[in-house]
Amino acid sequence: MDSMLGQIQGIPLNHYLIFCAIIFSIGVVGVLVRRNVIVLMMSVELMLNSVNLLLVAFSAHHGDPSGQVFVFFIMALAAAEVAVGLAIIVMVYRNTKSIDIDALSKLRW
Amino acid sequence: MSLFYFVAFLSIIFALMTIFTKNPVHSVLYLVVTFFTFTIHYIMLNAQFLAIVNFIVYMGAIMVLFLFVLMLLNLNEDTEPMKSVLVKVMGVVAGMCLLVVLFGAFRVLDVSDALVGPQPDIGLVKNLGKVLFNEFLLPFEITSILLLTAMVGAVVLAKNDTKKA
Repeated sequence: MDSMLGQIQGIPLNHYLIFCAIIFSIGVVGVLVRRNVIVLMMSVELMLNSVNLLLVAFSAHHGDPSGQVFVFFIMALAAAEVAVGLAIIVMVYRNTKSIDIDALSKLRW
Repeated sequence: MSLFYFVAFLSIIFALMTIFTKNPVHSVLYLVVTFFTFTIHYIMLNAQFLAIVNFIVYMGAIMVLFLFVLMLLNLNEDTEPMKSVLVKVMGVVAGMCLLVVLFGAFRVLDVSDALVGPQPDIGLVKNLGKVLFNEFLLPFEITSILLLTAMVGAVVLAKNDTKKA
């Protein structure tokens, strides 16, 4: 364990920034290119997780545990968001027989 | 040191597979693998508590909830709505633009010489618990109310309204 941890002693913070930016952008692309509402929510989860990892990296960089506590709160928030979001999707599917995001366009009126 | 780059590469590959796979069930499974690679990242940063929470809550609870809803609605490749190629290309181009803007911002920031290593003890349950129950006690309690509200809301929303039907 110690040798494995010693191996990663020298990851530049910049590389964590770039990696998390890539994952976040993949989440944004997922929201833009898909029409299935459930896949859309999964892309949002991907974005939340990239930010979580970046918070943990900064927390390790500054030696401050507050960042990891924030990540814990974000995870609780994501669980609540997924529960309510999926309930809404089930209700919409029951009414429209579709999970296409375009089926919800009449929410504008 | 090379372990980070290997796991980061795997994360990016599986994240791409998640959003470009046509079958939504495969999409969920690829997302589970992506979250597993994130768990490895947490372990490498010595955030052991968050690694376990990520493993149990994200992979165990949230992803199973997604899979359960997908199977409840009986979704597969045939019912998958797809956008036109033009919209897809535009979406990818917009995402790449975001990436370029972020990279430009990082170049200006210039943090490349700072090294991130695993801290010996801040990610352990003992240390995080002390912070959580001293400085963050009020947010912690409010989180429990949030979870209760979400639970009640989910039950109310998904309940079959027998009076209307």
